[in-house]
Amino acid sequence: MFRLIIQYCFSITDIHASVIGLRSSGITRSIQDWLSGMMPEATAQIVGMVIIALIYLGIFSVAGLFLVLIERRVAAWFQLRIGPNRVGFQGLLQTMADALKLVSKELTGTERADKFLYNLAPYFVIISALMALGLIPFTKAFQAFDINIGIFFLIAISSIGVIGILLGGWASNNKFALIGAMRSGVQTISYELSVGLSLLTMILLTGSLQLSEIVEVQKNGWLIVQGHIPAIIAFMIFMIAGTAETNRAPFDMVEAESELGAGFHTEYSGMKFAYFFLAEFINMFIIAAIATTVFFGAWLSPFGITESIPILGVFWFLAKAMVLVFLMMWFRWTFPRLRVDQLLTLEWKYLLPINLANIVIMAFIVWQKLIIQI
Amino acid sequence: MERILFYILALMMISFAIAAVSSRKMLRSVIYLLFVLMGVAGIFFLIDYNFLAAIQLTVYAGGIIVLIIFSVLLVHHIELKLEMAKPKRQIVTAIACLLGIGVFLKTMYSYDFKVIENHVTTTTSDIGAKLLSYDAGGFILPFEVISVLLLAAMIGAIIIAKGKKLNQQTDV
Repeated sequence: MFRLIIQYCFSITDIHASVIGLRSSGITRSIQDWLSGMMPEATAQIVGMVIIALIYLGIFSVAGLFLVLIERRVAAWFQLRIGPNRVGFQGLLQTMADALKLVSKELTGTERADKFLYNLAPYFVIISALMALGLIPFTKAFQAFDINIGIFFLIAISSIGVIGILLGGWASNNKFALIGAMRSGVQTISYELSVGLSLLTMILLTGSLQLSEIVEVQKNGWLIVQGHIPAIIAFMIFMIAGTAETNRAPFDMVEAESELGAGFHTEYSGMKFAYFFLAEFINMFIIAAIATTVFFGAWLSPFGITESIPILGVFWFLAKAMVLVFLMMWFRWTFPRLRVDQLLTLEWKYLLPINLANIVIMAFIVWQKLIIQI
Repeated sequence: MERILFYILALMMISFAIAAVSSRKMLRSVIYLLFVLMGVAGIFFLIDYNFLAAIQLTVYAGGIIVLIIFSVLLVHHIELKLEMAKPKRQIVTAIACLLGIGVFLKTMYSYDFKVIENHVTTTTSDIGAKLLSYDAGGFILPFEVISVLLLAAMIGAIIIAKGKKLNQQTDV
């Protein structure tokens, strides 16, 4: 535990360095000195952790709002509309205004709902998304929690989020919400398997679960190049299963508008609805970020062109993640929604056997050293 | 710092464990149980055994609790409450619990715990090597036995789930 705390403290320095810029390392050091000068060391550590948490909460809300805006603009683009472009430059402040509106709305609930669980449910979703965000390596320095079981911890955390959806659906005391929650449970439990197995395929190549080491391995070429055919298959499976995990179209049976109203969050209003909504978009970003880390070399630049300027790592990471986010939005506005039985057939009869065979192929390739290294 | 965190976790686990058995709303007690299991994961994190903590989160919090919630959603309505047990049964349960606590406390206080100064995190590669080693202290036999057991359980589940269909096909 103590090691983790020290890690946090180091990451404070690093985060400041990467946020403010390289030339301000003097300022960073003075903030650290200022903190530990004002209070005893233990307090300084706690204050440091709180600062980190606030930074991540900031990233969480800003990224969520930004992704909502992107989704709306992309949707408009696919449907030959213009989309929101009035509030601020190109509509940049539109979602901010929406969020302000949602804060001011009344919080409603159904009669005889289980109030405690009803209010608890959004936090499960939010906290699991926020914890997963802490593991993502934006640059070499900008990673709050570099645990030695990285990928496995991400899978563990993402399996908690579904509890929030199940609770929200049941506690609303509404039949549509209940059906939505049940569908969500079925979907998440089955597709978690594919997410895990496709990541496991790539673990065979890296030999480590720690995210920073996975990035380190990719200095000899991104994993999708190193592992060629099985890596590409694993990437496709991961994107399909990841889209299903985040309950997005074409796998959005959970909140199928034409059948269930709004699914599990039918009865939520105002800010509590916004929590679910934001978490959904952050989860989409997390899936894209995991794919970026595991398949596309995280913050490494293509062919190492900007290796001498480490601050550009954030740019490369976000650029790659945004391309994948765009891919998921493309799915959403292109494919029709699946039925529940088709959804389960796809997972258990196609993705799972392909995945298991893929692991064996990947093991063979790693064993025979058929990896492509640049 | 670690001491404070331990006491927070311990207090959380004890209070939620009591809440889990005393709540009369079924789904609420499931959620209290979830918090207890998360507290156990927190203890594992505290002793720097990350792998077991993540296993605790995946298997218990993510798997078993979700299955329990699922079965509650299927059979339980929001307005139902669990009935109170009969007084006679309550007394019997209380005596059994006290006996159990007594056995636990006796074992705990009679065992001589050793303090290890410089502990290292167990990595997944260590665990994997230990699971597959057939030297003394290796776990290859239990590993294989468990995998056979899981396979048998899986085949059994498929046969139970498809039972009727299988029979019809064999008749034709």
